[in-house]
Amino acid sequence: MTKWVLKGLKTGIVTTAYPDRDEAAPGVSPGLPGSGLAFDEESSSDAERCPTQAFIRDGQRLWVDYRRCVHCFRCAPGRQGSTQWQGGYEWAGRLSDARNKGPELGEVFQTSLHIRVVDAGACGACLSEIEQLNKPYYNIHRLGFFITPTPRDADVLLVAGPVTDHMRMTLKKVYEAMPTPKKVVAVGACALSGGVFGPSFISGAGVSDIIPVDVAVPGCPPPPLALIHGLLVMVDRKPSASWLSTTPVSGGKEDV
Amino acid sequence: MENSMDETTFQSLPDAVAKRWPGQVQVNLDVRRSTCLLTCDSRLLPDICEWVCSTSGFRFATLVVEEEPAQWLLRYVFYGRSGIVQLHILLRTAKENVAIPSISGIVHAADWHERETEDLFGIIFTGHPRLGDFVLHEEWPEDVKPMRSAFDAHLPYRRRELDPEWRPHSIVQSPGAFMMPIGPVYSDVAESAHFLLETVGEDVIRTIPRFFYKYRGVEKISEGLPVEQVILLSERFSGTSAFAHSLAFCQAVEDIAGVDTPLRAKALRIVLAELERLRHHIAAIAGICGSTALSVATSQAGILEEEILRLTGSFTGHRYLFGLNRPGGLTRDFNNSTCLQVADDAARLIERLFKLNDMLRFTSSFLDRIEEVGIVSREQAIAYGLVGPIARASGLARDLRKALPYCGYETVAFDVPVETGGDGYARLRVLFHEAEQSARIIRKMAATLPDGEIAGPFEYAAGGALGWVEAPRGAAFHWVRITESGTVGRYRLTSPSFINWHGFHLAAEDFAFQDFPIIMATFGLSNAESDR
Repeated sequence: MTKWVLKGLKTGIVTTAYPDRDEAAPGVSPGLPGSGLAFDEESSSDAERCPTQAFIRDGQRLWVDYRRCVHCFRCAPGRQGSTQWQGGYEWAGRLSDARNKGPELGEVFQTSLHIRVVDAGACGACLSEIEQLNKPYYNIHRLGFFITPTPRDADVLLVAGPVTDHMRMTLKKVYEAMPTPKKVVAVGACALSGGVFGPSFISGAGVSDIIPVDVAVPGCPPPPLALIHGLLVMVDRKPSASWLSTTPVSGGKEDV
Repeated sequence: MENSMDETTFQSLPDAVAKRWPGQVQVNLDVRRSTCLLTCDSRLLPDICEWVCSTSGFRFATLVVEEEPAQWLLRYVFYGRSGIVQLHILLRTAKENVAIPSISGIVHAADWHERETEDLFGIIFTGHPRLGDFVLHEEWPEDVKPMRSAFDAHLPYRRRELDPEWRPHSIVQSPGAFMMPIGPVYSDVAESAHFLLETVGEDVIRTIPRFFYKYRGVEKISEGLPVEQVILLSERFSGTSAFAHSLAFCQAVEDIAGVDTPLRAKALRIVLAELERLRHHIAAIAGICGSTALSVATSQAGILEEEILRLTGSFTGHRYLFGLNRPGGLTRDFNNSTCLQVADDAARLIERLFKLNDMLRFTSSFLDRIEEVGIVSREQAIAYGLVGPIARASGLARDLRKALPYCGYETVAFDVPVETGGDGYARLRVLFHEAEQSARIIRKMAATLPDGEIAGPFEYAAGGALGWVEAPRGAAFHWVRITESGTVGRYRLTSPSFINWHGFHLAAEDFAFQDFPIIMATFGLSNAESDR
C-alpha cells in the first residue's frame, strides 16, 4: 500500500485558494448574464427570447432574476443575443422568509457545519457539482464543512431539484428529523424556481414551497465555488450576493 | 443471437412476412430511413415479436404509444440487423376496454416498457405478471393516467397522503431473514431511489428497487411546447449526459424536417459527444474507487474529473455541455486550433488515467472487492436487452455508433472494447478502454475538421421520427412527433439507465450485503436519466 501513500504525497496540494483568494483558473464557472442593462431593442429581444422569463423590466432597466437563469446562453453574444455575460461565482444570496423563525446558527457553527444533501429531483449535474466539494480541488473539510449521511446530525440541508411529487413528503420528513438550529440552502435553478420542469402536475416550483429556504445558490448547475460561497454565506463568513436587492420581487418571496 | 439466423433482407422482408402470415400483416418500406413498418392485429403481435427477435435477430429498442383521436397507436421499435435500420410493429386499437397481449414473456426487455405504459396510459397488457404502481407510487389513485391527452399537465394535482395500510407485495419468510430498506435519502450524495433488500444478514437474496422518485413527467410536459423549449428539457432531464440526449432529440427533429446537418457540425458534435463520454467514464471510475474506500485512488480520479470539467468549461462555456445543440447544427462554432488543444489535453488526461489504472490493477484489496462481484451473464444481458458499457462487459458488442451509425460515426475508425467476465472488474476495464477510444476519436476529428457552416437554414415540418445516440451509459432512443402547428406532439424518451436498471437486480442478488454499493458504482447508472 506504500505506493498509494507515495502517489498521494507526490501529487501535492491542488486545492483552490478560495475563499482566501479568488480562483482564476479557466472553466470553473459558466458565468451569468449581466443584470441592470438599459432597456432597448437589443436587450428587449434577449428578454423575449429567454425561455425561463428570467429578465424583469423595471422602468428603463432590465434585471435578471438569477433564480430563473438556466444557462442556455441564448442571450449571450456570439449565440443569438447581445447581453454581456460576467464570470465569477459568488452568487449565493440570503433570503428572508417569514417562516424562518427558528434560532440562528451561532458562531460555533462557522467552522463546524454538518450538511445533509437531498436530491429532490435534480438532473445529476447539480449532484455532480456537489460531489466535487469533497474532492481534492475543492475539499470543503478544510473549511470545517462536512457532508453527513443522516439528517439527525445535520445543521444544514442542501437541496437540489424542483421537488418532485414523490419527494415532497420525503423532503418534509428529512427537514423535521433535523435538530434545531436548522437551515436550508437551495441550489440550482430547479430548486429556486422549478427551472424548466416546474411547476407542473408532478413538480413543484422549488424548495420554498415545501420548507423555508435561507440561502439561494443560483446556477444550472451552480459550480462548486458557488456552492462553497453559499455555505460561507450561510454561516456569515462571506457577505450575501447583491443581486437579490436589485431584482424586483417575483413569485411572492421577500428579498433582503 | 447476435448474428442474424436467417437471410431476410430489406427487400425480401415483405415476401417473408406475406409467406408466414398471408394477408394478415401489412408491410410498408420506408426506403429513405431503411425502416420496415409492419401493421398487424393485436392477436398476431406475440407471433410476430417471436419471429422478429428469435428468428431474425432483431433487438427491442422501445415501445412508443401515441394517442390518436379515436384510437391508440402502439409502436414497437426493433433494431440491430445490418441492412435494415429499424423495424416497427404498428398496432392500432380502440381507446376503451383495450387489452393487448403482453410480449414481455417473449421479449423480456419490453417488461418495464409495458409496466410504464399501463401505469401512465391505462393500456392493459394481458399476461403480464406485474402491472400496477410503477411510475406513479401507491398514493396516486389508480384511475389517474397522466399521459392521456385529457390530463392537464400544468394543473397541480391534488395533494394526497400516504395510505397507512400500505404494505410491500410480499415479505420475506425464512429463518433469520429480514428486509433492509435503503433510501430514498441515503449515503452521502446519492440520487433518490429506494431499494428493499431481502437479506439473511450477509447474503442479499432479493433486490426490490422502487424508482421514479425523480419522475418529472418530461414526456408529458413536453407536449404542446415549441421545439426550442423541449430541447432544454432534453438537455436537462439528465444533466450528466446532456449533450448525448439533446443530440438524439435534434437528430429526430432533423429527420422529420429532412434536413442534413453540415459536415462541420457533425464533426464537432462527435468531438463534444466524446468529450462528454470521457467525462462520464472518468466520473464513473472515480465512483468505483470511492465505493471501495480506496481514498488515494478516489482523490486521483477526482482530480482528473475536475480537470476535464474545467477543460469542458473553458472549451464550450459550460461544464456539462449545456446550450450547444440545436436543430440543424450547433449554436456556436469552435476554433480548429482550440479543438486540437482540447484533443492534446484529453490525451494527457488519458495518460494519467492509465497510470491510475496500472496502480489499481496491482492493488489486491481493490480487486478483491470488484472481481467476480455483481456478475451479469451474456445470456442475461441479451434477455434484458442491456446496453452500454454494462452489456459490453458481459460480452455483448452492442454500440449504436457501429450498429446504427449516426452523425458521421460511420466515417470514424475506432474500437468497441468488449470484456466477457460480466463482473465489476470487467465493467471497470470497459470504462477505461472506452475513455481511451473517446480521446482518440477527439484527436482524429479535431485533426480533420471540415470547413463550412455549423448550422444550415432550418424549417420545421410535421411528422414523427426516431433519433438515437450511444449516450455515455448506452443506447438512447428518442421518438419525436411534431404537429402541424410546429409544436411537439409526443416525445418518448428511452434512456440507457431505464434499460439497465431493469437488469440491476441480476448483479445485486446472491452477493454480500456490503458489495451492494460497489455493484451500484460499477453499474454507474443515473436515476435522473431513468426516471425522466
